Amino acid sequence: MTKRLTLAATALSLALGTGAMAQDEPLKIGFVYSSLIGDAGWTFMHDQGRLMLEEEFGDAIETAYVESIDGGADAERVIRQFVAQDFDLIFGTSFNHMNPMAKVAAQNPDIAFEHATGYTQADNLAIYHTRAYDSRYLVGMVAGAMGDSMGVVASYPIPEVLRGINAMTLGAREVNPDFTTKVVWISTWFDPGAERTAADAMLDQGVDVLAHFTDSPAVVQAAEDRGKFVVALGDMSQYGETAHLTALDYNWGPYYVERTRAVLDGTWETDNTWEGIAADLMTIAPFADSVPEDVREMVMVRKEEIRSGAFHPFQGPLVKQDGSIAVAEGEIPDDGMLLSMDFYVEGVEGSLP
Amino acid sequence: MPLRLVPRTRPSRLAQYGAPVLALVFTVAFGFVLFLSIGRDPWAALHAYFVAPISSAFGLSELLLTALPLALIGLGLAIGFRANVWNIGAEGQLLLGAIGGGAVALALWGEGVPGTFVLVCLTGALAGMAWAAIPAFLKTRFNANEILTSLMLIYVADHLLSWLVHGALRNPQGFGFPESRLFSPEALMPILWPGTRLHIGWLLLPVAAVAIWFMSRHTLAGYRLRVSGLSPNAAAYAGFSQPQSVWISFLLTGALAGLVGAMEVAGPVGQLLPEISPGYGFAAIIVAFLGRLSPLGVVLAAHLLALILIGGENVQLLGVPIAVAQLFQGVLLVAVLASDVLVRYRIVRIGQLETDEAAA
Repeated sequence: MTKRLTLAATALSLALGTGAMAQDEPLKIGFVYSSLIGDAGWTFMHDQGRLMLEEEFGDAIETAYVESIDGGADAERVIRQFVAQDFDLIFGTSFNHMNPMAKVAAQNPDIAFEHATGYTQADNLAIYHTRAYDSRYLVGMVAGAMGDSMGVVASYPIPEVLRGINAMTLGAREVNPDFTTKVVWISTWFDPGAERTAADAMLDQGVDVLAHFTDSPAVVQAAEDRGKFVVALGDMSQYGETAHLTALDYNWGPYYVERTRAVLDGTWETDNTWEGIAADLMTIAPFADSVPEDVREMVMVRKEEIRSGAFHPFQGPLVKQDGSIAVAEGEIPDDGMLLSMDFYVEGVEGSLP
Repeated sequence: MPLRLVPRTRPSRLAQYGAPVLALVFTVAFGFVLFLSIGRDPWAALHAYFVAPISSAFGLSELLLTALPLALIGLGLAIGFRANVWNIGAEGQLLLGAIGGGAVALALWGEGVPGTFVLVCLTGALAGMAWAAIPAFLKTRFNANEILTSLMLIYVADHLLSWLVHGALRNPQGFGFPESRLFSPEALMPILWPGTRLHIGWLLLPVAAVAIWFMSRHTLAGYRLRVSGLSPNAAAYAGFSQPQSVWISFLLTGALAGLVGAMEVAGPVGQLLPEISPGYGFAAIIVAFLGRLSPLGVVLAAHLLALILIGGENVQLLGVPIAVAQLFQGVLLVAVLASDVLVRYRIVRIGQLETDEAAA
């Protein structure tokens, strides 16, 4: 005990000592996470990005994070706490952090704020987002090749999620024209119990493949337990050795590195980033052994076409659930339409909440 | 070796005041070892927990702001718990207050009516009362267990809020995100402490605490509530109506919880969201018992809970995992509650007890 105490004290004084001796204070970067990091999922992937920052910049930066901050009055307090402790660059990784962050950003013009998935931008508040629908289309193709129906455990009916459901359905129907999709909305990003219940309900209705927008591995475990398939959010293959066909994978690291470098160089300015496979911000996880070779090839060809711009997941003809045409043949939808998407495509069952 | 808790006939005064201090000392010692064992500087971690939140204007204001909802709801719950009325659904009453208050704020959005926030708070309190009236009615009319009904109504309230922010109250310019518009300035709680988030709603806390203390000590209604809690038979014999204490307890807590909900959305949050409260209504149950069901105790307990809640966020900035932060919080609560039990009860072996009684 005494020995460890001495050790800790020595370590502490060393840390303080080097800090005081260094010429520049390290750049302090804070992350607000909406759920627990865990070992897979949305927050885990953001944290991978944070770890990449530490690896890339070493002692030049210092990172910290607060987990499980979702809505209510907490987010603003945590962001203000970062400000009070002289953080230079603060990332909010969930939609619920947008309004609190915009409020704090307005009062602290010298600090750089970045918000994922929102729409409010300011001189010191940048927004960044991924075209996850690129990867959703590809995992949908795999789902279509391995089954005839899909059950989606969805969070909130916002454009981001609707784009994902639609892209998966379009991908699946490209390889399997009669493919149908069911959706259960559970109004949360993280609730393993509710996720599991929703997954089980859809398996009871006989769906072949599950998909999810939520953050825990519960849906993957449900598919594994019941001998069905799943396309996951983030590589969760450790939770479903046979069920886990593939997953959409977010690759936040390069973005975080680029933005941090900009702050270090003094060139950071507000921006609105929306990139997908073409910028390597999105990809898909390795295929399960059960996915046949021809399916893998077909998906990889599509992936390269999306990268080059030869193919767009929402290119026309895009048919809505009610049979009307959303995008005419030969046309590609503009970002405005994608950002405000509020409909299901043909093949999705049920109505929007 | 079967053990039993036997009430102490005369709990020592010294122990009553000393026990919480001892519990705190134990928790700090435990925390020291805990943080050391995961390789963090224990002094820095304990500082972040107990000192940092109250050593700056920002920290102090946040402490008061976080303790406010816990204390207000806890005050109401303590009254009910003393009367053996178990309202577990304050969280739902809070949500209804948020919905009611939020609906008023949105209905008057952009109208520029001065003092809208007062109407927001009043509507919130009434909505909370109305929600609390349901379990009270079911209890007094059908003798339905109020623990179950009030608890289950939380989920109804949660879905009601979710449905509204997905539909009728959704921001039309919000790209489909399930949240309302940001309230107009006149619907927001005016700031009490410039530069912080602490709003004038905080002034209601001392008022409510004193009023509830006065009511329970110096009014007939308060006396009846206490008697029906201590001895339902005696209360019935004295002709005190049990339904009356159910109604008073529920309506009072409902009003306070509803007020809290309205003040949260019109205060630090500023809009309606699917998630309004990090569980204030549940945490207030702990606060009520931690405060030994007395008004002063509840107010102190609310600040202790707020302190460790904020401290738990602060230590994460030092790289302490959230699981360890929560473990520490749990140990503190258990230590305080357990020491409280041991002040009022003593542990005896069953055999020992019989010998004692024989000797007596």
